[in-house]
Amino acid sequence: MTYISKPKLHHPGLLKNAAGFTRRDYEGAVSTLCAGCGHDSISAAIIQACYELDILPHQVAKLSGIGCSSKAPTYFLGASHGFNTVHGRMPSVMTGANLANRDLIYMGVSGDGDSASIGLGQFAHVMRRGLNMVYIVMNNGVYGLTKGQFSATADKGSVSKKGLPNSDSSIDLVSMAILMGATFVGRSFSGDKRQLVPLIKAAVQHKGAAFIDVVSPCVAFNNHAGSTKSYDYVREHNDAVNFIDFIESRTEITTDYAAGTLQEVQQHDGSTLRLRKLNDAYDPCDKVTALNQIQKAEAAGEVITGLLYLDPLPKDLHENLNTVDTPLNALVEADLCPGQAALDKFNAGLR
Amino acid sequence: MKATDISNPDYFHKVVDCQWACPAHTPVPEYIRLIAHGRYSDAYMINWKSNVFPGILGRTCDRPCEPACRRTRVEDETVVGKREPVAICRLKRVAADYKDDDIGAMMPKAPAKNGKRVACVGGGPASLTVARDLAVLGYEITIFDQDPKLGGFIRTQIPHFRLPESVIDEEVGFIVDIGNIEFKHKRIDSMKALLTEGYDAVFVGSGAPRGRELDVPGRQEAGANIHIGIDWLSSVSFGHITKVGKRVIVLGGGNTAMDCCRTARRLGGEDVKVIVRSGFEEMKASPWEKEDAIGEDIPILNFLVPKAVTHENGKITGVTFEKVKAEYDAKGRRNLVPTGEPDPHYPCDDVLVAIGQENSFPWIEADSGIEFDRWGLPKLSETTFASSHPQVFFGGDAAFGPKNIIWAAAHGHDAAISIHKTLQGEDASERPAPGMNIVSQKMGIHEWSYDNAPSDENRRKVPHRAKAEALKDIMAEVELGFDPDLAWKEAQRCLNCDVQTVFAANLCIECDACVDICPMDSISFVDNAEESLLRGTLMAPALNLTQDIYIADGLKTGRVMAKDEDVCLHCGLCAERCPTGAWDMRKYYVEMTQAEHACHKR
Ligand SMILES: Cc1cc2nc3c(=O)[nH]c(=O)nc-3n(C[C@H](O)[C@H](O)[C@H](O)COP(=O)(O)OP(=O)(O)OC[C@H]3O[C@@H](n4cnc5c(N)ncnc54)[C@H](O)[C@@H]3O)c2cc1C
Ligand SMILES: Cc1ncc(C[n+]2csc(CCOP(=O)(O)OP(=O)(O)O)c2C)c(N)n1
Ligand code: SF4
Ligand code: SF4
Ligand code: SF4
Ligand SMILES: [Mg+2]
Repeated sequence: MTYISKPKLHHPGLLKNAAGFTRRDYEGAVSTLCAGCGHDSISAAIIQACYELDILPHQVAKLSGIGCSSKAPTYFLGASHGFNTVHGRMPSVMTGANLANRDLIYMGVSGDGDSASIGLGQFAHVMRRGLNMVYIVMNNGVYGLTKGQFSATADKGSVSKKGLPNSDSSIDLVSMAILMGATFVGRSFSGDKRQLVPLIKAAVQHKGAAFIDVVSPCVAFNNHAGSTKSYDYVREHNDAVNFIDFIESRTEITTDYAAGTLQEVQQHDGSTLRLRKLNDAYDPCDKVTALNQIQKAEAAGEVITGLLYLDPLPKDLHENLNTVDTPLNALVEADLCPGQAALDKFNAGLR
Repeated sequence: MKATDISNPDYFHKVVDCQWACPAHTPVPEYIRLIAHGRYSDAYMINWKSNVFPGILGRTCDRPCEPACRRTRVEDETVVGKREPVAICRLKRVAADYKDDDIGAMMPKAPAKNGKRVACVGGGPASLTVARDLAVLGYEITIFDQDPKLGGFIRTQIPHFRLPESVIDEEVGFIVDIGNIEFKHKRIDSMKALLTEGYDAVFVGSGAPRGRELDVPGRQEAGANIHIGIDWLSSVSFGHITKVGKRVIVLGGGNTAMDCCRTARRLGGEDVKVIVRSGFEEMKASPWEKEDAIGEDIPILNFLVPKAVTHENGKITGVTFEKVKAEYDAKGRRNLVPTGEPDPHYPCDDVLVAIGQENSFPWIEADSGIEFDRWGLPKLSETTFASSHPQVFFGGDAAFGPKNIIWAAAHGHDAAISIHKTLQGEDASERPAPGMNIVSQKMGIHEWSYDNAPSDENRRKVPHRAKAEALKDIMAEVELGFDPDLAWKEAQRCLNCDVQTVFAANLCIECDACVDICPMDSISFVDNAEESLLRGTLMAPALNLTQDIYIADGLKTGRVMAKDEDVCLHCGLCAERCPTGAWDMRKYYVEMTQAEHACHKR
């Protein structure tokens, strides 16, 4: 944390986006996280993505649970809606909010403790339901806020700062999310914004349950030798299968790619997602082989990153429930109470 | 790009835009911080060492530091209206105004004489600087001036409503009081004769004492009411002239013209106009001088070239002008071409001619061993100020034509080094490197020994004496100076550009914390490339080519850290955010080496 707030002064060449905002306008309060915490970099990536997407801040709701990661929403999108839930319960609050107002962009921010330990049940169900959301886990393998106990995503055999190995099996949130029915699943690294920012942008545009697991080193408790969530370990074992290059449908491809390295995915709204493939064999649209490859990489000790699974034609909760297009919180009495004549007609049908 | 060599004193010196731009390289942010702390005497001494005349310069300096000030690049126009530098110059005056009365005790005293004698021709700031720098080394100095008191143009030209004589007396006194300095009220008429008087070296600081003539019909006939500006100003200064006609035309667009017109307003001029060949923007006068003149109800008329002085019965009636406009040729050079409109005529009672100054050395004989170029200026080495005569050095306006006080002081320091080295048998062309003192500012995890929060306040205005009162009394100083409260507020605007961001690649874990927190997008981690390419790949494109990119290599990913120095606020947030201490905020106190420490053997 810092004692002075970030100066309002900004680079004289700072540009405004189509919504009339600069990148700085998407910032929040000055962070109180430890200096060097990966979570701050993810916040910066979210800021950059929202700026690039010309998002209107008041159309975003950020929700989180408990943890250093769950504190992070205070440090970005200061002009958006926010809700800090009890530990592990962010998904149910987000589900309720989404049902009430389907027009907002829902951004759930959680930690590996918040989502894989106390909140694992809620995590599974929100993915199953296909809530239209971006769910980001800032994954550091520890409970940072409570001083660094192993979390459920810590790899078996990885060593704590005090030198003790972890004996429990780890939960792989990416595999879980795919199994539970999430329709956009990616993994990235807080130290690689070139990969992370486009991934967040694509997730925001995905009309369904989008989940991104972001490995985010905890500099205070999990950045030592023997950790598998440290800056050095992730950099050495990062196995990126692809990069998202373009999202808009009408952007021309200006870079030359070797044959077969570009994968185009047609999306629900007709736009095209263009992926630069780093691994020829990886096809994120094929669930079975994707899961297979993820398991193989994990077994080999690689941190597989990129867009790992995508269902380009997702169905979200509202579609499944067949709700009206108007947000439920905008329905007025006349919409909800059709009047005596309608009731009489309905009752007559039951006689 | 190659990794930056931060051990080169020039690298971080250049980041301190004001200090780099100051001809004498005054450590500006250091004295501004001392003023903020109320340590006026210490602030004064820093200035006194570098620029010799803090009280004088704090009122009159041409302040090349201010247009260079970082604030002019970083302020948010939507908040402050216009980007403005720190009031560096007027803060200097605060140090002079509020220093302790016994500051004389902090001044050096001359040691035992070293047996060598140096003559200075002219008693202006250039000679006074040479005298000060050499007297403390034991040299015996004799200063000759044709005018009765020391100070040169500072005393005879600059009007007292801008610079009270008491300030000149005090600061000339600090120099003479060192000892070993003798003033002789005498005009030097022969360089050859002077050279036979046994001086080990001669410094020529005789200025550029001739005002350029107006060459138009009627000049001779109406001569009684046409005055050369600098001669007229010195006559006013000496009290020989106390009145001027009601209607005055001042010709010229430089600072002399501004002093002439404002002086005329105080000597009975009611309808005073400045009439200039060029456009308003191209005028040589500093913007603040023009502002002050306009503020005293003096209109400035542009694009008018004097054509003839009109007169009747030997008495001036006015001046006729030709209207011109600026046209630019293919090479972008400006030409003033007549518009063809009728010639305007402005009636007047007096004309003050302030259209330029020239050097003149009638007293230096052609066979004295000193060579001159075809413009009448001495042939000099630009670093040592040595002339073609081994014992003769030049400085100030006499060296490269009319400049200003701070340049005269800077020349004086350099010439003093050359004289000292030459007389000690060393090679004067080997110049001493500046001194550098590096201190980390870290006090605690988030605590720095400087005020690191940048202020977004507007520049403060110096209070002025009420106009009616000021115009009544030619001796009444117009500017009243900042009081300590205003001075503190203005001092807080300084960004402490001497507190440098210093990077240690071996400690960096590339977590991006500094990149994310930097309010100015100054820091990037990128693949190395040649400079022109790399400048485009940074967080914000580095378009200001006059500002360096700080490059550090040796990172684990093979990328480089690239910091654009251009708009860094020196806020220290990068260093606060860095988990490993790879960034540190270190004060680089760069001090020019003066004659005192310029020699190897002493
Ligand atoms: C009207 C006016 C206003 C100015 N205002 C400012 C200002 O506000 N700020 C600023 O920075 N600069 C100002 N200047 C410029 C500044 O005064 C000069 O640049 C500066 O004084 C030059 O210093 P110097 O030591 O080279 O010579 P000078 O100050 O010119 O001193 C030279 C001295 O040598 C004497 N001298 C010359 N020949 C001989 C000789 N043969 N024998 C004996 N003595 C001799 C002269 O009488 C004079 O006293 C102004 C100039 C003028 C004309
Ligand atoms: C109901 C409840 N149980 C336990 C806690 C204590 N607690 C606070 S934060 C936390 C773990 C947070 O870990 P994670 O979500 O990984 O966040 P991080 O700090 O690592 O970013 C725990 C167990 C709590 N606040 N509430
Ligand atoms: S404890 Fe760990 S997770 Fe929490 S702020 Fe510090 S570095 Fe980040
Ligand atoms: S902000 Fe201060 S240190 Fe920086 S250039 Fe301006 S006066 Fe000098
Ligand atoms: S001091 Fe550091 S954080 Fe502050 S503006 Fe400069 S580079 Fe950026
Ligand atoms: Mg955690």
